[in-house]
Amino acid sequence: MNYEKLGLKMGLEIHQQLDTEKKLFCGCECNLTDKKPEYNVLRNLRPTQSELGKIDRAAYEESRRKLKFIYETYSNETCLVEIDEEPPHPINQEALEIGIIIATLLNMEIVDEFHTMRKQVIDGSNTGGFQRTGLLATDGYIETDQGKVKIENLCLEEDAARRIGHKKGNTVFRLDRLGIPLLEITTDPSMKNPQQVKEVAYQIGQILRSTKVKRGLGTIRQDLNISIKEGARVEIKGVQDLDLMPKMVENEVKRQVNLLKIKDDLLKRNAEVDDRLYDVKEVFADTESRIIEKSEKVLAIKLEGFSGLIGREIQPDRRFGTELAGYAKKMGVSGLFHTDELPAYGISQVEVDKLRELLKASPNDAIIIVADDEDKARNALNEVVRRSKIALKEIPEETRKALPDANTEYLRPLPTASRMYVETDIPSTSLDLDLINQIRENLPELPEDKKVRIMNEYKLSEDLAGQLVRRDAVNEFENIIEKLDVDSKIVASILAYTLKELEREGCDTEKIGLNRMIETFKLLQDHKISKDAIPEILSSVCFEDCSPLTAAENKGLIMLSESDLELIIDDIIKGNSSIIEERGMGAMGPLMGIAMKKLKGKADGKIINRMLREKIENH
Amino acid sequence: MNYRGSAKKFLEKENIVIGDIVKLTKKNIYYIGMLLDRAEDADDEHLVIKLDNGYNIGVNINETRVELLKKGSKPRIELPPVVVDEDDQKMNISIISTGGTVASIIDYKTGAVHPAFSADDLIRATPELLEYANIKGEAILNILSENMKPSYWVKSAKSIADEINNGSEGVVVAHGTDTMHFTSAALSFMLETPVPVVLTGAQRSSDRPSSDAFLNLISSVTAAKSNIAEVLVCMHGTENDSFCYLHRGTKVRKMHTSRRDTFRSINALPMARIENGSLKLLNHNTIFKKRGESDLKIYEDIEPNVALIKSYPGIRSDLIDYHIDKGYKGIVIEGTGLGHTPEEVIPSIERAKESSIPVVMTSQCLYGQVNMNVYSTGRKLINAGVISAGDMMPETAYVKLIWTLGQTDDLDEVKTIMQTNIAGEIQEKSSMKHFLF
Repeated sequence: MNYEKLGLKMGLEIHQQLDTEKKLFCGCECNLTDKKPEYNVLRNLRPTQSELGKIDRAAYEESRRKLKFIYETYSNETCLVEIDEEPPHPINQEALEIGIIIATLLNMEIVDEFHTMRKQVIDGSNTGGFQRTGLLATDGYIETDQGKVKIENLCLEEDAARRIGHKKGNTVFRLDRLGIPLLEITTDPSMKNPQQVKEVAYQIGQILRSTKVKRGLGTIRQDLNISIKEGARVEIKGVQDLDLMPKMVENEVKRQVNLLKIKDDLLKRNAEVDDRLYDVKEVFADTESRIIEKSEKVLAIKLEGFSGLIGREIQPDRRFGTELAGYAKKMGVSGLFHTDELPAYGISQVEVDKLRELLKASPNDAIIIVADDEDKARNALNEVVRRSKIALKEIPEETRKALPDANTEYLRPLPTASRMYVETDIPSTSLDLDLINQIRENLPELPEDKKVRIMNEYKLSEDLAGQLVRRDAVNEFENIIEKLDVDSKIVASILAYTLKELEREGCDTEKIGLNRMIETFKLLQDHKISKDAIPEILSSVCFEDCSPLTAAENKGLIMLSESDLELIIDDIIKGNSSIIEERGMGAMGPLMGIAMKKLKGKADGKIINRMLREKIENH
Repeated sequence: MNYRGSAKKFLEKENIVIGDIVKLTKKNIYYIGMLLDRAEDADDEHLVIKLDNGYNIGVNINETRVELLKKGSKPRIELPPVVVDEDDQKMNISIISTGGTVASIIDYKTGAVHPAFSADDLIRATPELLEYANIKGEAILNILSENMKPSYWVKSAKSIADEINNGSEGVVVAHGTDTMHFTSAALSFMLETPVPVVLTGAQRSSDRPSSDAFLNLISSVTAAKSNIAEVLVCMHGTENDSFCYLHRGTKVRKMHTSRRDTFRSINALPMARIENGSLKLLNHNTIFKKRGESDLKIYEDIEPNVALIKSYPGIRSDLIDYHIDKGYKGIVIEGTGLGHTPEEVIPSIERAKESSIPVVMTSQCLYGQVNMNVYSTGRKLINAGVISAGDMMPETAYVKLIWTLGQTDDLDEVKTIMQTNIAGEIQEKSSMKHFLF
């Protein structure tokens, strides 16, 4: 596909959790919990007017579903603020400062005064019915191989509640995640090449990781904005894998191009959407379809001139019908049937014929059936009607969810700006110039700079230095080097490679900690252990949760004194005198093998080598 | 406009007003947005603008150039008019609004939540109300409930009486929550009503999607249609949006600064639970005045010159003396425990009696009866002429004394009225169930 000709434009939106001591607007800690919830709170949300008097279309749509929500709460892990039973506390200064650091690293202009806003979100993920968010900085940039990319906005906001599942038709959320400080970084939507998007995402990730941000699954979320010239702006939520990004772009462009083709075909055919909902239960009196049989209501609509197009593939393995089903599912049904795929799923040709007869559908027309409770089926088909009408005009602006196969599915319409109004419970914060300057003078070292510096300073290979940076082990490394007289390459390699291997073997290396690590290297410095013994000692420290010295002793890895060593070497010489006599210095190799086997970890190889050499020479 | 000082001058120089689209240029950056008003209490160095993306930011005016891009009109909330089609099958319910969180919206004046809704706005925000009844709205006050005063109780009582005289079959009063229980007690004493009078409010302002106002209002309308012809308070029963409790106006108190279920019946069970439009009594032995049982009467005379004084370790008798000297006509004491003050305060209390100022004893425990016979201090207080409030809450006793002094000046009569149950405020029996329900 020729992206340039299609006018492809992309932007990124990155959400990163901050690693602050407390949440953004209350005193709770920023940790998720798997504990059984202690209380369940039931709530309803309703859309309201913003200060400009407009109701947002996304908010309006959510309200039509009239969902009730269950919130899981705890007596220690959450408080009244998260459950919307107490006004928010003043904004967390630590989070503001981390935000300013990151804004500065992204070359952004920080606002003079920070105002907290309420962004209406009534899908239940925020107990108040809005997410608290504020614009902290604008107009930054980062350099890429393909030129500068503008960073438009950096917002500091609260993370949403965690969706856990459903209970009796209500969505269940857990409040542990609600209120964790989150940065939202948005680029200018003008990137034209998927590779550049990937690079920008990588670079922003590197910058974030140089500061106090959370690590691990779910702590960073990437959304992708895509549009093509004739198409629409679409926001893809939750792109996990950076490598998948180019493929996702390709699939989305394909989807839009194919939807445009469908639109052209529909117009050529003078296609029309009939608003009417037909009750077609009678057609399925003796049906073999289990879904239809057990449903209270079977409703159908007629899409004139749509035949054949609903089954048309628009993304790998996803048809136009899948798009329509996406809208229907938002109303709570599990899916729909359309005549392009029938007979199938237990629906017979006879039933299809009867259906066409009942709806007076010509072969050019498509019919869509939904079987469910009356309310749900009705709402679902009304959504399909709405979406089908849009198909005659344009591609709708949507928020879509990233799927693991690089496809996307419909989530909700794109929100409009009017769902923002001021959070009156939190005073505005003037961002003091002194504070900003102080932060600017103490910026953290960026990962790339850090790597180059330690390569030069400690004579490390690029790979070793890179690993240390990636593992966030540079501080630990420098701390050890500063305190002890040990070979920096050994320390680096243990921290970068050995720990990784131990983790692979199932060790909880968190148990080691800086102090035990220093103790271990002190044993090395004092010639109490050999460097080869370190992996085994550390493994033992993890599993036994003991000190390195105890581990070394238990495993018999304390090095022998020279006199003890000499006795053992003498023994080896004595037991192998015939070889020595036969081969002279040529016996060095085999004897070294025997000695190392016997003395592994208990003596330095160099010393063994020296002693053996002397003994053989003097034999 | 709340801009003052330098910011005001800055805007006036360029002839820029709120609602205008402006470009603010600084050394490294410019912002384009709509000028918004600023909170009254904020500094005079920043301008607030709403950017295109919906965010508000504050821009410091120092080293900033402003340019008018487009004249605008001050953003205002435009709502369609409320048209109510009357339905003969439905009851006529009036909603009287006095202000407060149940009827509030964001205000540019302070940047805070302010009562600004008319009663029509309530209906507009909760159109479901019209499914339950023919609703008539009337705004009589527009104040935060902390600014309530006894004369407003009288005004409210009169407005309620007018509604009833004009055919209203139940009255809902939208009220700020802070002092709702004072007003409910006052209306209980002032009104003899043939229909339910239900006070309600909200702990989360009605401008937010999670507001408790909707459930509270709808449940209040259900209560107003019921057979309980008393003054009542209807608020969330728990922190869930599932049901409301209906409390007797003289036996209810705000017990939490922010929770939805802040209103609790004290020394009583709630009268009823209201869920999905139906009302269930909690205790079938509860005696209450039924719809139509009494004719509408209003006893509107009051003596607002009453003080409510809390006793505490270290309280000095000059606090009582002050009120006597200032001409207060009655004193309610929120005593410790069973109803005590430090002994050294007693001479001043005797002085009050000599000045014909009734002194009523309540307990800061809130739960339980006052009983001054148990300890010697109590007995001394009785001898000093202190009137026991029984199981009345301090707030209810305060309101009742204001009302009683409006009915009579005679000290003995005051004592009799204070100790006679008028509106369910005094109960002789303390049930096991009444504590911390």
